[in-house]
Amino acid sequence: MENRPSNGAGNGGERRIWSWWYLLLLLPFLGLLYPPLYAFEEPRLIGVPFFYWYQLAWLFITATLTTIVFRATR
Amino acid sequence: MPHNLDITALVIFVALFLLVTVIGFLAGRWRSGDLDTLHEWGLGGRQFGTWVTWFLVGGDIYTAYTFIAVPALVFGAGAIGFFAVPYTIIVFPILFLVFPRLWAVAKKHNYITPADFARGRYGSGGLALAIALTGILATMPYIALQLVGIQTVIAAMGIGGVSALARDIPLIIAFVILAVYTYQSGLRAPALIAVVKDFLIYVTVIVAIIYIPIQLGGFGNIFDAAAKALPQNDPPGALLPQGAAGFSAYATLALGSAMALFLYPHALTGVFSASSGNAIRRNASLLSAYSLALGFIALLGYMAIAAGIKPETPNFAVPDLFIKFFPSWFEGIAFAAIAIGALVPAAIMSIAAANLFTRNIYKEYLRPNISDREESQVAKITSLVVKLGALFFVLFLPTQYAIQLQLLGGVWILQTLPTIVIGLYTRWFHRWALIAGWAVGMITGTAMAASQGFSSIFPLSIGGFSFSAYASLYALIANLIVAVILTLVFAAMGDAGGEDETSQADYVDEEEAEQAATEEVAH
Repeated sequence: MENRPSNGAGNGGERRIWSWWYLLLLLPFLGLLYPPLYAFEEPRLIGVPFFYWYQLAWLFITATLTTIVFRATR
Repeated sequence: MPHNLDITALVIFVALFLLVTVIGFLAGRWRSGDLDTLHEWGLGGRQFGTWVTWFLVGGDIYTAYTFIAVPALVFGAGAIGFFAVPYTIIVFPILFLVFPRLWAVAKKHNYITPADFARGRYGSGGLALAIALTGILATMPYIALQLVGIQTVIAAMGIGGVSALARDIPLIIAFVILAVYTYQSGLRAPALIAVVKDFLIYVTVIVAIIYIPIQLGGFGNIFDAAAKALPQNDPPGALLPQGAAGFSAYATLALGSAMALFLYPHALTGVFSASSGNAIRRNASLLSAYSLALGFIALLGYMAIAAGIKPETPNFAVPDLFIKFFPSWFEGIAFAAIAIGALVPAAIMSIAAANLFTRNIYKEYLRPNISDREESQVAKITSLVVKLGALFFVLFLPTQYAIQLQLLGGVWILQTLPTIVIGLYTRWFHRWALIAGWAVGMITGTAMAASQGFSSIFPLSIGGFSFSAYASLYALIANLIVAVILTLVFAAMGDAGGEDETSQADYVDEEEAEQAATEEVAH
């Protein structure tokens, strides 16, 4: 830490920490923010309409994606 | 349905309430620090690791009002109430990407509130004041709604059916207790109580989601009953969002709420008090356990329909469902879970509002040379005043006002996004442009919501084409347009704005910096 330039004007501070893995975190937005994609009653899962279980499934997918991104970028 | 006094439920409820009271008072000694500094009282010494942060932020997001209001909305309106699920899913990628940066810069410069950051980044006391006022304004009705949650379960247990005073006394007692231990122990109290709260809530939810559907003949029957009953409501509900307006309302409510959540001062208190950026990143996946619980809780609204519950108001849908299916002792546990679920966020919210007032109004404008000790003293007293205000609100004004204000709070808090979130990435905006944009956003958003009789969905018509969306997003767009145009104007005039006390490197936490350094060596 000490021997690194600490000021934003310096070249060291300008370094952006970006990883392509972060793109995975866009998927939940794509999967959830366009309801016509999933506003259906069928197929049901143990009696639960598609609309409801699809969104709950995204919960597990998103938790997995954030874990993957966390591991990959650590 | 009428509520009869249930002694067994009441005894268990009171016992659990006493337990968390004791925890609240003892919390001050936990990982003890000097509670006469705001850093220790208001942020718990910035030492909470992954698990404590999980409980604390979970307590922030999933409040008593959530447990009452989300199923109530599903009960009355159907699918639209389920927006809480996509909302609490997409909030976590946002938390993961954006908020470790805010944590890092706050740690480096000892910022305790989001307004501290605005002041440091833009060198503007005025902008900090706007952020602080928005935060306090958005938080107060939120605390009031926690009290409504407690009121609902107290009434459901049949206490004080006879007079208004008898109904209010338990609420006043609960709040005095809450106020005193928050005063004494600071943020450590809700952090520890959140552990008990979560245990009770998860037990309740797991039992409810397994036991009640078995009694009602399975999920298929529950959804079929809801599909039949919802269209009879006034206004009619539906099992799926209907048409373009229904779709856009659903999606924008989820997106707007997710963008707003971590701008709330109480949620940011959870972020600031973490011990590292990685504690926050880990929580972005772990917190989804609460979203799952929330999804199940939302479905309780349909179970209440299928069970033929006829509540006085939709708020009683879940309490009445529990009374119908649970034995008294478990009813006591479930109601205690909801009431304690109100105490945790109410404490964090009052601490967050107190931090804002002390740092960004009192210290900034009234006593610039305040000592650490005096600063924490002012914050403690403010936390009492804030809670008293919320209590008076609930006792003397119709609940409807608190709900409308809370809805406006969501619209208002999103107007701080350009300053806080965009400010984490660029200092391009001019401070006066941000203030002007904020003012325009506040006014536009309030006018839109008020014009719809305090509904959050605004149908914007342009050239005969109408698009229904969450008013806060429209207001944010107006806010950004004004901020961009004015920044360009100031730039053309050669005015660069105030001093920025932060530097690029401040936004990267140590773990991230170390990792980047290793990669550099490797290449």
